[in-house]
Amino acid sequence: MTELRSLVNNQHSARSRSLWTNAFHRLVRNKKGMVCLITLVVIYTAGIFAPLVAPYGYDQQDLNIARQAPSWEHPFGTDRVGRDMFSRILFGIRTTVIVTVAAMATGGLLLGIVLGLISGYFGRLAEGVIMRVGEVFLAFPDILLVILIAATLKPRVTDWVFHVEQSTGIGGIVRSGFVDYLVVFGALAIVSWVGMARVVRGQVLILKQSQYVLAARALGASHLRIILRHIFPNLLPPVIVMVSVGMGSIAGSEVMLSWLGLGVQPPVPSLGAMIFDNGNIGVLRSDPHLLLFPVATVAIVIFSFNLLGDALNDALNPRGR
Amino acid sequence: MGRYIVRRLLWTPVLLLVVGFITFLLGQYGPGDPVQVLLGQYQDPEVVARIRAQRGLDEPVLVQYGIYLKNAARGDFGESFRYRGQSVVGLIRNRALVSGQLALTALVLSLVLGIPIGLLAALRQGRWQDAGIISVTLFFYSLPVFITAPFLLLVFVLWLRILPSQGWEGLFDSHIILPALVLGIPGVSFFARMSRNSIVEVLSQDYVRTAKAKGLPPSMVYAKHVLRNALIPVFTIAGLGLATLVTGAIVTETYFGIPGIGRLTIDAFRSRDYPVITALTLMIAVAYVLANLVVDIGYRLLDPRIRYD
Repeated sequence: MTELRSLVNNQHSARSRSLWTNAFHRLVRNKKGMVCLITLVVIYTAGIFAPLVAPYGYDQQDLNIARQAPSWEHPFGTDRVGRDMFSRILFGIRTTVIVTVAAMATGGLLLGIVLGLISGYFGRLAEGVIMRVGEVFLAFPDILLVILIAATLKPRVTDWVFHVEQSTGIGGIVRSGFVDYLVVFGALAIVSWVGMARVVRGQVLILKQSQYVLAARALGASHLRIILRHIFPNLLPPVIVMVSVGMGSIAGSEVMLSWLGLGVQPPVPSLGAMIFDNGNIGVLRSDPHLLLFPVATVAIVIFSFNLLGDALNDALNPRGR
Repeated sequence: MGRYIVRRLLWTPVLLLVVGFITFLLGQYGPGDPVQVLLGQYQDPEVVARIRAQRGLDEPVLVQYGIYLKNAARGDFGESFRYRGQSVVGLIRNRALVSGQLALTALVLSLVLGIPIGLLAALRQGRWQDAGIISVTLFFYSLPVFITAPFLLLVFVLWLRILPSQGWEGLFDSHIILPALVLGIPGVSFFARMSRNSIVEVLSQDYVRTAKAKGLPPSMVYAKHVLRNALIPVFTIAGLGLATLVTGAIVTETYFGIPGIGRLTIDAFRSRDYPVITALTLMIAVAYVLANLVVDIGYRLLDPRIRYD
């Protein structure tokens, strides 16, 4: 009965529903996707507002309560120097949130879409140069290039910021961990534009052939108008899917960088450093909960982004199923 | 087709030169002056200048890169900053052997486990077994190595107490099991997913229906018609797993204390041993680019339906 009704409704309102409304309804009906979306929104909100949400400071030590198991006062227990794990994880998430959002916004979205549009739409030399440069970036497996950039450029950037600090009299920039954020996010941004640019370019190449772009051109529309009115809106579905999957992989890279000790430096907390510190056999033997919570957080974030990507793909490209 | 291969073959050396230059430049741009490292406390400006000139360090960057490449071609990647007097090649050679054994074990493991799992999912296509395998493999595929490693350590070493936790005793020792498992898990998921999709596609082909219709026993149909055709693309794509293997090896070897390339890489980064960093990155990138080339060309040769642009 309900199915029949929804069928009738669909037919009834077929004209008034846009692609986006349709996609939205399909996404809401996808239980797995919605669970992931809500989980991510909760985790990201908690991370952004960590200073407000966290019951303790991330560096607040109390050796009297070291290595406690989870309790009401300390839901995730306390670590070896008596810091509240729940608060530390919230601040660790904050690091991941800042880095993933910043890297995706600049590298994936801004660079990726603009370069993809230029190479797909204008072709010729621009396309050749952009795509060849992209291939150079792809020649380094996975995050090796990120590691290379982070490790080699960080001392230089630190020196430079130190210099700025001294000449302007503003203190504490280096100590605040700003440089670490800058280097990690910069390295991830530089690497993450390639995938997006390739997808966008491929999509633009198809859209350029479409009747409505031809019609718009015949009517004398400018390049800017064609790109903004006719091509850009149709790019969004694959871009949105790419953003979800890409956020997952950037989050993974960020955690791995700090696991390797090349990311954000202590005392600024990061999930990777927490997993590294508590991943050795001694801690595992005595206090496995110290590892469990950061590991679970990272696994949930990455897995949710991947599953959400699948759900978004189903919702936005129904024909692809 | 021919044009595509020629274009790729012509472009690859250029790509490698550019990749090498970027690596070299980043290595040069990193802190630490090789001459100062060499001389230590003793800093006579005249000696410094002489050594700089001797080693070509006062030349423009491009010329220095040329010198580096010329030496590299003879197998000379310079000396390590950290291990005084040891050549970079010597450092890498021993560890490459260890990493090779570990990676090979992981690769065999992922093929031996992954393909049967994929086959099982394909045979139960659309049923709960299929759905279950798809979700579980997606989960493990998206799980970073630094999460599976401590987890498996907890289970096999601390709870079950059947495996040793740390160290390296060669290919035929129980020490290899845990790291190979950790390194192989993404591969198992990768091959399971790939072979499932490929087998499902082949199962719907006309020639499979024909084979069944003419009364061939199912085992023959699967062995001769389905698997043989379905697994060719899977093997071809195996080259792409190299990237996952390299990143995985960095973490796995660090975690389990295995003296391999991955461990050397991260030690070099931590101690800012730039000659080692440059050489390793260069070698890994070259291997990766060549693997991609083989995959791309092999895939197109085997499946002519793919477009060549």
